[in-house]
Amino acid sequence: MSSHEISRRSMLRAAAVLGLSVPTLAACVTAGGNAGQQSQGGDKSSTNPFGVKADAPLEVVVFKGAYGDDYVIAAEAVYKKQFGGSVIDHKGIQKVGDTLRPRFVAGNPPDVVNNTGAGRLDIAALTQSQQLENLDKLLDSPSWDDPNVKVRDTLLPGVIEDGTYDGSFVRFNYAYTAWGLWYSKPLFEKNGWMWPQTWPEMLELCEDIKKTGVAPWTYQGKFPEYMTDPLLVMAVHGGGMDLLKAIDNLQPNAWRHESVKAAAEAIAELSGKGYLMPGSEALSHTEAQAAWCQGKAAIIPSGSWLEAEQKSVTPAGFDMVMGAVPSLSSSSKLKTNAIHAASSEAYLVPSQGKNVQGGLEFLRMLFSRNAMKDFAKAVGTLPSVKGATEGITMSPALSSVAEAVKKAGDDTINYRHRIWYPTLTKAVDDAVAELVTRRITPAEWVDRVQKAADDLAKDTSIKKYERK
Amino acid sequence: MSVLTRPVERAAAPAPPAPSQRRRLNRGYGFVIGALAPALVLHLIFIVSPYAQAFYLSLTDWNGVAGKANFVGFDNFARLAGDSLFLDAIKNNLLLLLLMPAATIGIGLFLATMIQRGGANGRSGVKGARFYEIVFFFPQMLSVAIVAVLWGFAYNPNNGLINGVLRAIGLDGLARSWLAEPGLALFAVMAVMIWSGVGFYMVLFSAAIDAIPKEIFEAALIDGSTGWTTFRRITLPLLRDNVQVAFVYLGMVALDAFALVQIMTVGPGGPDGSTEVMGLSLYRTAFEYGKFGYASAMGVALFFGTLVFALVALRGNKNRTELA
Repeated sequence: MSSHEISRRSMLRAAAVLGLSVPTLAACVTAGGNAGQQSQGGDKSSTNPFGVKADAPLEVVVFKGAYGDDYVIAAEAVYKKQFGGSVIDHKGIQKVGDTLRPRFVAGNPPDVVNNTGAGRLDIAALTQSQQLENLDKLLDSPSWDDPNVKVRDTLLPGVIEDGTYDGSFVRFNYAYTAWGLWYSKPLFEKNGWMWPQTWPEMLELCEDIKKTGVAPWTYQGKFPEYMTDPLLVMAVHGGGMDLLKAIDNLQPNAWRHESVKAAAEAIAELSGKGYLMPGSEALSHTEAQAAWCQGKAAIIPSGSWLEAEQKSVTPAGFDMVMGAVPSLSSSSKLKTNAIHAASSEAYLVPSQGKNVQGGLEFLRMLFSRNAMKDFAKAVGTLPSVKGATEGITMSPALSSVAEAVKKAGDDTINYRHRIWYPTLTKAVDDAVAELVTRRITPAEWVDRVQKAADDLAKDTSIKKYERK
Repeated sequence: MSVLTRPVERAAAPAPPAPSQRRRLNRGYGFVIGALAPALVLHLIFIVSPYAQAFYLSLTDWNGVAGKANFVGFDNFARLAGDSLFLDAIKNNLLLLLLMPAATIGIGLFLATMIQRGGANGRSGVKGARFYEIVFFFPQMLSVAIVAVLWGFAYNPNNGLINGVLRAIGLDGLARSWLAEPGLALFAVMAVMIWSGVGFYMVLFSAAIDAIPKEIFEAALIDGSTGWTTFRRITLPLLRDNVQVAFVYLGMVALDAFALVQIMTVGPGGPDGSTEVMGLSLYRTAFEYGKFGYASAMGVALFFGTLVFALVALRGNKNRTELA
């Protein structure tokens, strides 16, 4: 390495130039401002409640993941017919955040965004920066299928709550996801195993499964949040919706509730009694789920996307179905069939878009029953409106999910803190990984999680939300 | 690079009459400036400007999507000092810095010496040196993402290559859940870094040894020097500059390590923060937590850490060259 002679003077000069240019250069990142142009509306009518201008172009950017974007393209064809002459600019992409972040900053976002997948935009941050249109007027508009029913009244429970940030409804979720424990129906029938309703029954079942040489459970150890889910569901079974609210609202000692600790003990017991497939703690979701599909383990926690995800590796006749997480005791405050369910596939209408009215109208159409039915048929997933699966043939997996959602009724569990506070989510999941591998005790787990929640509550740099 | 082949621009205004010597000087500067300007402009736009913006953003609470950012002074840096996960990350990066470059250079030197002078007579390389040279270089040709995925498979506790081999030779007791045990995970990642780096430095050192005049080695042999003494007294001192450069490069790799950790480890960054590195904290803070201001502060801290390391490493070099 040859040494360069840099004099003190030239060094200082360079530093001065750098210092002077910082404010000017920095303007590049955040110079967009929130002063986008107002989009121009046309005349309103009962079939055009937002007054979309017929020939206004519409830009739709959607995440193209497991569900594809064919259902969106189909809806765009209908929109084009409705508003003759309008040009639709459709983009099906991955990495929505990387692509659209600069456009939001510059005040030039598209009219409709499906913000899903890894590397998506932070919706809470968008809301705080007033980048998203409040969709209340969409909820109160007549639904596409029946003008006498408002859009609001066509939705499954929780969809509006899921999309509400700080009091305004900005995120309209298209799919409905339920979480539970998955097993192969024929495997259980062959062995005469019944799906357990309570945790003691689950432990008995595990003992029976173990005797056959199959590991009772496995889990996606590389991503411990999969195991957090049954833990939280069992906790809420015991503590009821009040506990859920206390946890979501970061109330002091919310995690010290006895049913939270009991749930942690139950999860630790699974591993303590050797019911978990050895090595699970290091497996990715692909590896754990493949082992489960190969019959090396009988039960795995996951959500309703599992069937689609496993399509290429599921053997014929495996017929996976979802069972509800059992309650810890018979004194559950919720129905024994209460499950964790929430909506996903977030649709947004940026408030600085050039055709906000068009964006709203497009979503009104996309959330119609026909479009939803096409979606359910094509991708085998529950959409977020009621009755969208009626009259279509469903796989055993999808019908087990639809049935579970129906059985749970209003007792669907949906924790908000995991959406609002990603730092707390990470702390909980890290601790769950330690709990399952028995490197910490259930009591230590409670202490750790409570401390993380307390630290978060004290942190003034993070915006707090309230669940009502 | 087409910019570099653009015709050299002359000074726009006709030069006023001046002493001929002065004009010649001016013309010389014009050429130098014309040649440097395109590269300098690109450097300013793509290197200096992002750095400057990051420095500014580290003093704000920018969330990544807002059109404006509020100035918060040094709050972000004050938070860094109390962020236990980030402190874990610093600790892990330092451990990588302490062990990984030394191990990579050590193995690289050993292999290079074997390839150049490892033969029985001490004058040539081991048999098949050429073959080993190519084989050991293979990992260098794989992208880091592929390396991470492949090693992820190898570390699989149930059907991975490593536990498979251990069990096949009857060492079942040594089979581990490599990436899921807090005490092992970082070393498992480090092993992959060393594996993928050794080939390149072996080739680098091998070429450097090749450049040492043969007479020196010949003289040592005649004097009855052993292989180890030759290495310690002749090869190593003459490779000092190469080793120094390798150390700087590897140090920067050790202070990064983001891609391997992100793809391979539990969590990622786990179990329980045991493989957390600064780059991963930064990425998560920006792209998952939406705190770009705070993430920029992490980036600035990492920048100064790397700068200090590079200065210290190069300063050592200068002193020793003076001694020599």
